[in-house]
Amino acid sequence: MTATNLLLQVQDLDIRFRIDRKSEPFRAVKGISFDIAEHSTVALVGESGSGKSVSAMSILGLLPENAIVAPQSRILYGGRDLLRAPQPQLQAIRGKELSVIFQEPMTSLNPVFTVGEQIAEVLRLHMGMSVRQAQARVVELLNEVGIPDPRLRVHSYPHEMSGGQQQRVMIAMAIACEPKLLIADEPTTALDVTIQKQILDLIAALQSRHHMSVLFITHDLGVVGDIANRVVVMQDGEIREQGSVDAIFQDPKDPYTKALLACRPRLDRRPRRLPVIDDFLRGDGHVRLEERHRGTSPADEIILEVRNLDKTFFLKEGLFGKRAVPAVKDVSFRLPKGKTLGLVGESGSGKTTVGLTVMRLHEATGGEVLFEGTNLLALSEKQMMAYRRRIQIIFQNPYASLNPRFTVGQILLEPMRIHGIGRDDRERVDMVMHLLRRVGLTEASFHKYPHEFSGGQRQRIAIARCLTMKPDVLICDESVSALDVSVQAQVLNLLQDLQDEYGLSYIFISHDLAVVKYISDRVMVMNEGTVVEMADSDEIYRQPQKEYTRRLLASIPKGLERAKELE
Amino acid sequence: MSAILDNPPAPSAQESPGLWALAWRRLRHDRVGMVSLVIVAFFLLLMIASYAGLIASDWNKEAGVSYANPSFMAGAQNLEAQAIESRKGAAKAPPVDLSDVDPLAPRYKEWAERAAKIAVHETKRAQTLPFGGDKWGRDVLKKTIKGSEVSIFVGLASALLATLIGTVLGAMAGYWGGKVNDFLEWFYNIFTSIPYILLILAFAAVATSTGKFGKGIVPIVLVLSLTGWTGIYRLIRAEYIKHSNREYVKAAQAIGASNASRMFHHILPNVSHVALVQLSQYTVGFIKAEVILSFLGFGVPVDMVSWGTMLAEAQNELVIGKWWQLVAAGASMAVLVTAFSLLTDSLRDALDPKLK
Repeated sequence: MTATNLLLQVQDLDIRFRIDRKSEPFRAVKGISFDIAEHSTVALVGESGSGKSVSAMSILGLLPENAIVAPQSRILYGGRDLLRAPQPQLQAIRGKELSVIFQEPMTSLNPVFTVGEQIAEVLRLHMGMSVRQAQARVVELLNEVGIPDPRLRVHSYPHEMSGGQQQRVMIAMAIACEPKLLIADEPTTALDVTIQKQILDLIAALQSRHHMSVLFITHDLGVVGDIANRVVVMQDGEIREQGSVDAIFQDPKDPYTKALLACRPRLDRRPRRLPVIDDFLRGDGHVRLEERHRGTSPADEIILEVRNLDKTFFLKEGLFGKRAVPAVKDVSFRLPKGKTLGLVGESGSGKTTVGLTVMRLHEATGGEVLFEGTNLLALSEKQMMAYRRRIQIIFQNPYASLNPRFTVGQILLEPMRIHGIGRDDRERVDMVMHLLRRVGLTEASFHKYPHEFSGGQRQRIAIARCLTMKPDVLICDESVSALDVSVQAQVLNLLQDLQDEYGLSYIFISHDLAVVKYISDRVMVMNEGTVVEMADSDEIYRQPQKEYTRRLLASIPKGLERAKELE
Repeated sequence: MSAILDNPPAPSAQESPGLWALAWRRLRHDRVGMVSLVIVAFFLLLMIASYAGLIASDWNKEAGVSYANPSFMAGAQNLEAQAIESRKGAAKAPPVDLSDVDPLAPRYKEWAERAAKIAVHETKRAQTLPFGGDKWGRDVLKKTIKGSEVSIFVGLASALLATLIGTVLGAMAGYWGGKVNDFLEWFYNIFTSIPYILLILAFAAVATSTGKFGKGIVPIVLVLSLTGWTGIYRLIRAEYIKHSNREYVKAAQAIGASNASRMFHHILPNVSHVALVQLSQYTVGFIKAEVILSFLGFGVPVDMVSWGTMLAEAQNELVIGKWWQLVAAGASMAVLVTAFSLLTDSLRDALDPKLK
């Protein structure tokens, strides 16, 4: 490895952001240095707020206006310091030698131009190609990134393509000029597992075929294991550890790296509680190894039974026409009391619709939802009120599910007032304080607004809101998907503890198979609105019966499996 | 179970600022916003003081000569006042001596003595007034202050009413969708298909001629608000469509909150910044609309003064070079409207910093 030439060197990068005139600038990146060798893939791993994206954007000169780069910082590329290169020079390099793929393909593509025009624009700008030449090259590129019928799809608009195809188009655009360095900023986070796998394979294939280097930014170490040569782990603007991928995965030195490797649920293990970052940073690094047994038995008491649930949406078409879009077709399952049913599937498989229809947040088109023998779908709105309390839901996005104009106290008191829980407000406030402590928040949170909390804390507030009503069934709709891995572990632990304590039954909806495997007793795989397969969680992962399930399981990133057992 | 509490507790226990407190903090740092706020507050104070009769209560008094000069141009010629003076002087020309034939002649002296006992003060009319006088010698400055009362009141009241109508209808259309939305959209489309000024004039003609809606400024407020709710209706409707699909509203439904509670308790605070900004824009628009209406003669009755009636009067005065009434009303309106618009901009920035 000593003979390899360095493509890019980041030296002592230090970036601050001016927030306003009064306060001290916020230091986002605290003097980091790392190198990218030619023909290699470097992964920049860190949780949100670790400064990984800011570092990458500074390579491209795409920092926001209020950023201050310290004078000693250098980014050396081809004998030049990119931080001090004049704008025209940067513009010539950007998109040609250094290119980038963003997280959201939907918002990165311009919706009013065809994908062909957008790729051709890059070619004409940087390669000086004629329209005809560019056209031919675009078809070639689309073919290379694996878009079927490239000759036809050249004329498609972004909205006519799926998320995975859009990301492929973004990649085609990024590699159009044969860049030396491709910066991929969380390119698969917004995609389904199966698509994520395809995109990762594509990036790896392109990297070796075009002899380029890739700077891969992600929060998920599991993704990195398959494709990276070197890994740089960042936390709070500092590099905690960097090294070859083998060194990082098999012999991590830094407690933070160890924690990142350990706190993600794994397919082959199921500890009683997931280790969290603090366990490692406190130094004891002690991981509880007791395994938790999961599974259901026919003797379990059934709290919720869904029979032949149907849900069809009607879209308006023209003036009078209606088009039926079936979202859920003939879904039946039983939820045993005190157990967890995992619902997995790709986006559009109807798993969220099942959750919302069971709670009557959507009206079902057909079927029955039996809650302790009562068909909820046949109840009037008034009769339903008594049951609303007992089935609750935690949504995916903790930033959207709390009303931003209410204090935490108001948010938690409201359901109690509606359902007449507690004698008076004083008693209710006492109960709220108890719940806040229970979910790991301070009592001072009572007077605060949601925007003052981090994502994980907000999800705790959402959980507390459900707990105020003492529900029997809790539907978790992708409740941990938007959280950082370490926070995810904390929230999963909390959910697990609450189940042990109150005997809650969960319907756990997620596209993340590892998380579902960890938390569920029984797993239901859905595809295109129907149930593909349902079995106890160990069984389904060990012996999937259906082809679709097998394909889904094969696409889970295996990176973490390389990690040595941490004891 | 203590390990659950491993999430670091939030450090500060201080009272946390809500959205309004934050907005106020941002607004305070906005120099333009603060200056315009002070100007608007000044106008509002003037208006309240004049309503309470503290200032400008004697605006109707003919204090100066006709078209009295503003005091800063006292030396200028005032042909109109001179003409009136000379007419008066001509009327007082010594009468022809008729004492020989007049049977009442011996008593004139006695009457004159008696009359002398009754103090008759002919009010001394001022030659100049602080900002000039109008045709009847009324103080233009006081008229402007008194006029602000009508103009600002009409602007604020009709903006409030229009915002109320628009918000309620918009909330209904956006939240319920379906048939309710179809009906309201249909109603809205009919309303907006008629040219705005025609609609106002038609309403104004009905309202003022039938007298069913009372007299004075009430019909104007009604006319302006009943024709002006359409813009805010559309905005609020769009916001409600957006918000009613948000997860926090779904969460409210999940905990069993009623429709009314979701509409007004949950969503309304989240769209209130739109309503507020519209409200202040409407105020500006309606102050101008009142001026136009009064100018066209559909405005306030003759025994009241507003900036609009002042501008209407100024139309004739300009021909003879008396510009101060026009400038006084026009400048006050321009300053207030500009300050109000800038304040609106700052408010929007303060309430929704993402837009900046």
